[in-house]
Amino acid sequence: MAEMDTSSGGHHKKGPGVKKSKKLSTRVDLTPMVDLGFLLITFFVFTTTMSQSTAMNMNEPKDDSTQVLKVKNSGAMTILLGKGDQVYYYFGQLEADKLSEQFKSTNFKEIRNLIVSKKKATNIDDLMYIIKSDKESTFKNAIDILDEMSICAVPPGHYAEVDMTPTEELLISKTEEANGIK
Amino acid sequence: MPKVKIPRKSTSIDMTAMCDVAFLLLSFFILATKQKPPEALSVSPPNSVSAKAAPDKSILITLTKDGRSFLMLGDETKKADIINNINAAKGLNLTAAEIKKLNKTLFIGVPFSQLKSFLSMAVEPSADKLPGIPTDSTNNEMSDWLHSVTNVYAGSDQRQLQEMLLVKGDNAAHYPAFKQIKEAFKKNEIYKFRIVTNGEAVPVGSELYLNPPKSN
Repeated sequence: MAEMDTSSGGHHKKGPGVKKSKKLSTRVDLTPMVDLGFLLITFFVFTTTMSQSTAMNMNEPKDDSTQVLKVKNSGAMTILLGKGDQVYYYFGQLEADKLSEQFKSTNFKEIRNLIVSKKKATNIDDLMYIIKSDKESTFKNAIDILDEMSICAVPPGHYAEVDMTPTEELLISKTEEANGIK
Repeated sequence: MPKVKIPRKSTSIDMTAMCDVAFLLLSFFILATKQKPPEALSVSPPNSVSAKAAPDKSILITLTKDGRSFLMLGDETKKADIINNINAAKGLNLTAAEIKKLNKTLFIGVPFSQLKSFLSMAVEPSADKLPGIPTDSTNNEMSDWLHSVTNVYAGSDQRQLQEMLLVKGDNAAHYPAFKQIKEAFKKNEIYKFRIVTNGEAVPVGSELYLNPPKSN
């Protein structure tokens, strides 16, 4: 059998008198490598964004014109979503001679307090939030207000999305003009 | 008094074990991270406090910033059936090869009238050049698509479908576009669907925070 001669031609014979090559330590200092490893770990941990999409339930009412839901005037709060993330609201029903008193403008930060205070002040059976979205409002607004309902633990069935009436559209556009919202 | 000889120990520690641990953790993190699939349609969904994870397999309607709607049929087992169903229902006269090609596309974003020319294109145009599926009140083609979807998921699969219907909208999309999608659902007597959102922590001190709902 052919075998490789690894003894490099017999020049280095072992034994006394032969110069010993210096034995180098095989130990390598691993500290920098550990540093590097942990640096990479921290880098990856910090740069990774946890993006788990969640799903929000959405229940639409059946379009049933025969069954009209009656809401008590005292328990109703109408929330209107306008452009520029503006929110408008009024309690009960709009009355022609008290429009400016009833119709108020607010924003998404304040609306939570208003929802909660209305909820506390009203008998739970009478409570009803009516949500109306303007043509200029965004998808984000529509989802945010529904999210606000779940944050305030408004039971399902006590809020509903309804189409806006022309009077309300007019009121919104007038208020927007007055407040300079584009 | 004799001196107490303190044995001098080497301060260097064997780092091999620590190095192993570091790289083990590193490889674990890299392998365990699930890469986000590349999105042809870029939308930034709104936030919500909902904690339920969105299902991977879904029938997803995407609403872009400029109000165009796209449909993604995520269930590979039923995708061909849905396409065949709409082909027959709408008289699209798609050939077998065209159906096969449509089956391979990631999302549908053209009206029925342009479907044939879209499929005859050699290179698929990018998503921002597609017109989207019309959702106008006079010509709500999304409703026709959903009709075929409900036809295919008839009977025992209906429950499965309920879990799968998702709407993903961009923050800046205008409300009427979303309303048209809701109309499309309603026309097919679908009253329950879900909105894809980014998870968000429940605000501290709110009612939901104080009385979290019992998980079911």
